[in-house]
This record gives sequence, C-alpha cells and structure tokens, in this order.
Amino acid sequence: MEETVQLQVQGLIKRFGNETVLNGISFSVHKGEVMVVLGPSGCGKSTLLRCINGLEAADGGRILLDGEPIISGGKNMIRMRQKIGMVFQSYDLFPHKNILENITLAPMKVQKRSKQEAREEAEQLLNRVGLWEKRNAFPRQLSGGQKQRVAIVRALCMHPEVMLFDEVTAALDPEMVREVLDVMLELASQGMTMIIVTHEMQFARAIADRVLFLDRGTVMEESTPEKFFSAPQTKRAQEFLNTFTFEKPNH
Amino acid sequence: MQDLDISILFKGINFLRLLGGLWVTVRISLIAVGLSIPLGILFGMFMTLKNPIAKGISRIYLDFVRIMPQLVLLFLVYFGLTRAFGWNLSNEASAILVFTFWGTAEMGDLVRGALISIPRHQYDSAAALGFTKMQTFYYIIVPQTFRRLLPLAINLTTRMIKTTSLVVLIGMVEVLKVGQQIIDANRFDYPNAALWIYGVVFLLYFFVCWPISLIARKLEERWR
Repeated sequence: MEETVQLQVQGLIKRFGNETVLNGISFSVHKGEVMVVLGPSGCGKSTLLRCINGLEAADGGRILLDGEPIISGGKNMIRMRQKIGMVFQSYDLFPHKNILENITLAPMKVQKRSKQEAREEAEQLLNRVGLWEKRNAFPRQLSGGQKQRVAIVRALCMHPEVMLFDEVTAALDPEMVREVLDVMLELASQGMTMIIVTHEMQFARAIADRVLFLDRGTVMEESTPEKFFSAPQTKRAQEFLNTFTFEKPNH
Repeated sequence: MQDLDISILFKGINFLRLLGGLWVTVRISLIAVGLSIPLGILFGMFMTLKNPIAKGISRIYLDFVRIMPQLVLLFLVYFGLTRAFGWNLSNEASAILVFTFWGTAEMGDLVRGALISIPRHQYDSAAALGFTKMQTFYYIIVPQTFRRLLPLAINLTTRMIKTTSLVVLIGMVEVLKVGQQIIDANRFDYPNAALWIYGVVFLLYFFVCWPISLIARKLEERWR
C-alpha cells in the first residue's frame, strides 16, 4: 500500500527550564491515519501536540507537515496552523460569542471567507454532530460534551489536514464522554488524519491505526493497537496498561 | 420657624447656583474619567508586560498614587508646581491633572486585572485557529476584557465624582462650596439653612451617582 507521509516529527526536543520534557521524539503519520499517543501523565503527550501546532517552540529537531517545516513564531505559522486543527481539554469556546459565531469567526477573519458560506458550512457541521438546534445558544448554556463537539466543529470548519486532540474527554462527566468520542470515530472513518492523546483505553484501541507510547519524553513503543494492548513489548508499557485493570480483592 | 428655612432654596437663584456648582464637580470628574480610561487601558497593558523595568515603573507609580492622599497631590500640583517650576496652572487644570493621574493608576490596575483574568486557553485556542496576535486581541481578548471592565470603570466614575469634592481646598467653587456660600450669606435670615442646603447637596450627589451605579449593576447582571 502506497501511503503518503503527512506529518513527520524528527528528533523533537523540548525543555522547560532544566527539565527535558521531550527528548528526541521521532515518528511519522500517514494521510488518513489515526495515531493515538498514550503514556503516564507528565510524559510529554500534551507538549508534543502543542509543539506540532507551534504553541510551544521546539528546542531541537524538526516537525514537517507535507514536507514544510513548522517553526513556532515562523513566517508560515499562520498558514500552517490553518492546516492543523486542535481541540483542547478545557472547553475553550469564546464565551462572548454564540455557537455559530464561535465556529465562523476564524473562517471569516483568518481565511477571509464570506459570512454566508462560513455559516452554511457551520450549520451543516453542527447538524452532523447533532447540535444544529443550539446554533444561537451561548457556550455557557451548553453541557461539557456539547461544548467539546462544538470545539471539534470549530476546528473542522477551517478545513484542516490534520486534527490534534488533547485529552478532549478528560474534563467531561462520564456520560458525556461517549458523544464526543462518537464524533471522533466518525471523523476517523471519513479518513481524517488524527493525532489523539487520550486516557480512554477502550476508545484508543478502537480508533487507533497505530499507538505511540511515550514515557519520560521518549518513544518507548510504537505499534498497532492489537499488539500494544495484548502484548506490550516494554516493561513500562506493561506497567502502564496494568494501571487500567483491576482485580477483585479477596475478602 | 425652622421649617420655613427651606424657602432659602427658592430665594433668588440659589438652586440654580447649586446646580452650577454640581456641574463643576461633574465636569471635572467626567474629563478626568474620560482621560483616565484610555490612559488606564494603555497603562494596564503596560503593566502586563514581563519586562522587569516596566514592572518596576508600574509598581512605583501605582504605590505612589495609592499611598499619597489625593489632597496632598492636589496641593503638590496646585501650589508646588508653581513654586518649583513657575507653572501657573489654574485650579481646574490642577484638579483634572491630579484626578487623571489617580484615575489612570486605578483604571490601569482594573485593566490589568481584567486582562490576566482571561484564561490562558483562550489565547491558545485562538492561536490554534490561526488568528494573529492582533486579531486575537481584537476579536477575542478585548471584547471579553471590556465586559469585565465596564462595570468597574463605572464604579470608578462614581468614586471620582465623590472625591472631586476635595477641589474646594484649592479654591474651586463646586457644589459644596456654593452651598457654604449660600449658608454664610444668609446666616442671620435663615439660621437653619445648613440643614436644607447640605441636605440638597447630599441629594444632588445621590442623584448623580445612583443612576451610574444602577447601570453598572445592570450591566454586571447581563454579562455574567
């Protein structure tokens, strides 16, 4: 199968003060592939995503999207960011704008698309995630799960080539996790290239084409979900997966 | 008869004179607030800079304004500048200068507070959508800051109006001074004039500040 590499990360290094958060990370993501990044908290997963769309400046290594380097603060940053959609853990909608305005603001102001065209697309996307009725509501009137779905739509409306998801369900009540994950599963089935940081192991296994396991800023393991979840190669990965399984205590 | 002393208000143009005095108070306050708001916005943005020199300057300015009673500042500008540099500022100009100096510091601190209260992820998500720094400020940060700020700025206006009564002491004839003049001029004919005149002054202040506070409260409710 001939696959085109869409995103390449080569020897990425990131330090905060004396602490090296990412210590030479390399991997590549093909077009239409879903990469799930797993690892214990503090392993650098979120920092990795923030480096990929230039929110953090890398201290070493390269990130290439379609062969073009992403440099935080670089001249092409604005253009490159439009190719990368990102959804964060915190509900980050703009509180002073209603749902439609939240979605159409960037297409209109950043991409200079017409208001009518942006609105039409926004309404279509909202319809797809089942939130068309909420188009004139304000973020504070929505539940966490609904806000996250809007945040996904807002990123999609910019027509990104790659979507980054940074623990998007971590702050949600359990019963709202599903509705957000379903939207992501649908996106994956439509061939969107995605990099997902998550703690939902079942979901990771279902959606991933490949799994990247990070620990202390390095890639410990890169494999298919079947292999990773049933037969992890490294001791760290085994320990990590064990923290998600429970045994019935004897009493 | 005590009660009849109320007629002092209707004698000659006394009431109009009081209103004229009130206008002096309101005029100084509004000019000072009008200057303080734009200057305070700039100062507030300056205060959020990470540069240590900028931090030092802001700190000194803010502390100086907070520690010095406004009255001392008024005297310093009105009498002091003339002595030291031969600048002959009128009392109104001195008052506007001092209250703007004070208002800018207060407003700046409010602006700083509003700016830093905008969560980090608002900047991040705007950046991730491809907004430039200027666009982020214009479309996302400023509108949110403005909503937090407006009620506070209005409260500052009422504080300003109340504090401007100090300008009497550099010889300005504002509402309180007009009241005193009326009382003094009618000491023998209307011995109880003080009660009525000061009562009216109280009401005049109230009717200027109360609607302003009311607007602030309404806006606060609407934008929360």
